[in-house]
Amino acid sequence: MDIQELVGEIPIEGEYSLEGIDFITSGEQYLTFTLANEQYAVDILCVEEIRSWEKPTIIPNSPSHVCGVINMRGVIVPIIDLRLKFTIGEAVYTDTTVVIVLSIDSDGCSKTIGFVVDAVSDVLNAEDTDIKSAPAFGGCVPQHFIAGLVNVGDNVVTLLNVEALKQLESHQLKARGEQWIKNT
Amino acid sequence: MSVDLSQFIPNFLAESFEGLELMESSLLNLEQDDDETINAIFRAAHSIKGGAGTFGFDHVTEFTHLVETLLDEMRNGQRAIKQDDVELLLVSVDCMKMLIEAIRDESDYDKDKIDETYQLLLVALNGKEPDLLEIPSKSTDTTTTSKDGMLEWKITFIPEHHLVQTGNDPLLLFNALAELGELTVEANSSNLPSILDADPQELYLSWNLTLRSENATEELIREVFEWVEDECELTITQNKPIECEGHSTGTAENNPSTQPVEATKESIAIDTVTENAQLEKPVVKAAAKPATKSKVDVGSIRVGVDKVDSLINLVGELVITQSMLSELGTDFDISKVERLTSGLEQLLQNTKELQESVMRIRMLPISFAFNRFPRLIHDLGNKTGKDIELVLKGEQTELDKTVMEQISDPLVHLVRNAVDHGIEPANVRVANGKTAKGTITLNAYHQGGSIVIEIKDDGGGINRDAVYNKAVEKGIVDAGASLTDNQVFELIFEAGFSTAQEISDISGRGVGMDVVKKNIQALGGRIQIDSTPGEGSTFKVNLPLTLAILDGQLVKVGSETYIVPLITIVESLQTKAELINRVSGDMVLYRLREDNVPIIPIYELFGIESDAKANTLEEALLVVVEADGQKVGLLVDDLLAQQQVVIKSLDENYQQVEGISGATILGDGSVAMILDIPGLIELAMQNANQRLSSKLQSIGTEGAMI
Repeated sequence: MDIQELVGEIPIEGEYSLEGIDFITSGEQYLTFTLANEQYAVDILCVEEIRSWEKPTIIPNSPSHVCGVINMRGVIVPIIDLRLKFTIGEAVYTDTTVVIVLSIDSDGCSKTIGFVVDAVSDVLNAEDTDIKSAPAFGGCVPQHFIAGLVNVGDNVVTLLNVEALKQLESHQLKARGEQWIKNT
Repeated sequence: MSVDLSQFIPNFLAESFEGLELMESSLLNLEQDDDETINAIFRAAHSIKGGAGTFGFDHVTEFTHLVETLLDEMRNGQRAIKQDDVELLLVSVDCMKMLIEAIRDESDYDKDKIDETYQLLLVALNGKEPDLLEIPSKSTDTTTTSKDGMLEWKITFIPEHHLVQTGNDPLLLFNALAELGELTVEANSSNLPSILDADPQELYLSWNLTLRSENATEELIREVFEWVEDECELTITQNKPIECEGHSTGTAENNPSTQPVEATKESIAIDTVTENAQLEKPVVKAAAKPATKSKVDVGSIRVGVDKVDSLINLVGELVITQSMLSELGTDFDISKVERLTSGLEQLLQNTKELQESVMRIRMLPISFAFNRFPRLIHDLGNKTGKDIELVLKGEQTELDKTVMEQISDPLVHLVRNAVDHGIEPANVRVANGKTAKGTITLNAYHQGGSIVIEIKDDGGGINRDAVYNKAVEKGIVDAGASLTDNQVFELIFEAGFSTAQEISDISGRGVGMDVVKKNIQALGGRIQIDSTPGEGSTFKVNLPLTLAILDGQLVKVGSETYIVPLITIVESLQTKAELINRVSGDMVLYRLREDNVPIIPIYELFGIESDAKANTLEEALLVVVEADGQKVGLLVDDLLAQQQVVIKSLDENYQQVEGISGATILGDGSVAMILDIPGLIELAMQNANQRLSSKLQSIGTEGAMI
């Protein structure tokens, strides 16, 4: 099939009507990835690059989900292990383990952060109308990280709120103090 | 004739600020009969006026014109150089600065202040007869729209000599003008050559015209001269006082009628080139405004051509080395390995020199920061009634531009402090057997890899007891605690600390010294105080030369590599078991000659797994570093190379980390953390305190159980 035709089939913009209210939406593309057998997705426009896993430089006294920093063409990029951050699955590094580097631009400042995931899987097209809100039934991932759910076939993909991912917890002195006491 | 002049506005602004700086510093040094200085001031004012006129910044032109006139009178000897006038001129320079800053930032300015100064200038120019005082305000009503609602325009028309050859006849122009209103023509024949030299086809006359009209506007008058505007110098002035935000009819040469006409003529005669350019004003006006906006935040550096030349030379050499190496690479065999090594060595040398040259471009002499102090001292002296002399030393010492920008404010604060707290009033000084005139010395010099700026006063010194008592009163220090002099002086930097008896508007609110210290520390610098009662105090600011590159010692801790800033390292040594002391409840000290240095195990502090070697304190490597006068020993596994590292920010994408000042990229592309020694010491202290309090807590609970 001609690539142009393929592109043509992807809806980019359109008008939709829902219960008498008109919406103008744009069809968005999302990059999906797996975290411990679960499917997650982020806005593809934020993805700077996908890198293979390499051992980063440790940041002293950082929370356990902060793996460290790497050098991405002269820029120092922190690496966050999403499995540890969301406390889903274990931080095991396999051949498919990759780092998705996101460039998140908001409030006039842009941050580039890498996220360790088990594997990238697909690119997903989803209209805003396809995105359902997530039921507040617990789960390990804090609610404010979830932008919504999308049904793909029999699976459900969790859309992540990229802006929320940008927020990094401040270092906790307390944890370190405890560690110190343990050592002595 | 539609050259887009707005592109030159940044240049105009930069030059104007330079001119203003020159005016200010010259005014401060102005003495009687100093023709050279007054000429320099006049020239600076004059070129600002010219430039402002060119770009249509009428309010600047109008204001500067008065300043220039005053200066001109001084220059011609019509007016003696009096302190009052100098003060007025200094205030005027401030006003001009304000006006030009308003252009740069496209913001508003303090119109009242400008108007007030403008009136003061008018008064000064008209002598001080009381009845003349009224004239400026009166002239607003009388001449702008004289009794019958007439506007009076003064037009100076200086055609080029060949004007008639292009078929233009001034008479026709004047007739056209006369149609607009009542015209008075005055010809100036002073340039007429002798009859033998005169070319009958040339025009040697110039004219001063006065047009009184009800409905003439500047545009209408300009229209008359439209065909000859490239071939003449034309000034159109409406007779009325300044109108700062006025409509566009106000022009470059808005002479108030109170001003002697001679002065106007004279300045026109001098203004040949610049005023000619004013013709383009209507074009500029539209274009200028939006164009300036985008340029507001773009900082620029003026660099000496020699620096750029050396850079170009180096790049040339680099290109040669590169081509040599690539030639070597096309057909390489092992026999050429020697040439390769020498080529690589050359490359190393080139890169190093290139780096240094690039760094040098960012370096500016510290006089840029020092320049503002003569004025500051002058003003503060007036305010406090103290007679103070400022001595500047080492003005040519170079400093990185960013460091310079950030150190300016702390320096100003320290100088204000020296004036307010340091220097005593004259009567006290004399009573103590000192000269009535106080001296503040600013000195800058290089020391090792850093720059030292000293702010020294010959005042009364810091009152140790007063500081101590105040600290006790504030609860910073326990009563009866014995402190060294240095520890007492350090108290000054505590937030909210002030020993001033009375709060003045110069300093003494206790706001500031803590900020000063913080700012200096933020730059990676430190500040020390040295003070002798009765003899004065010295504040010594120690700063790194640049913020971008640092000389570092690479050390290994476990699998991690860290960079210790070379400047902080006192020495590195192998520990000896017998010199390690555990004292006062498990505090580990190392005896370094007479000093006892606390040991900070980095692996423990940072929670890294380390080799067993460092865990046993015997025969481990200790890097002794110093910060804020505190020595500590960092326990490391290995010492690696020393090298210059480029500092990368961690908080750009992440956040600040305690004990880490930034990151860098090593030769193999991996990231290494740069240790922040003062931060590290603080971190270790916090940890020790935390450990202590939690120990106490556990003892407490045990005690309760018993």
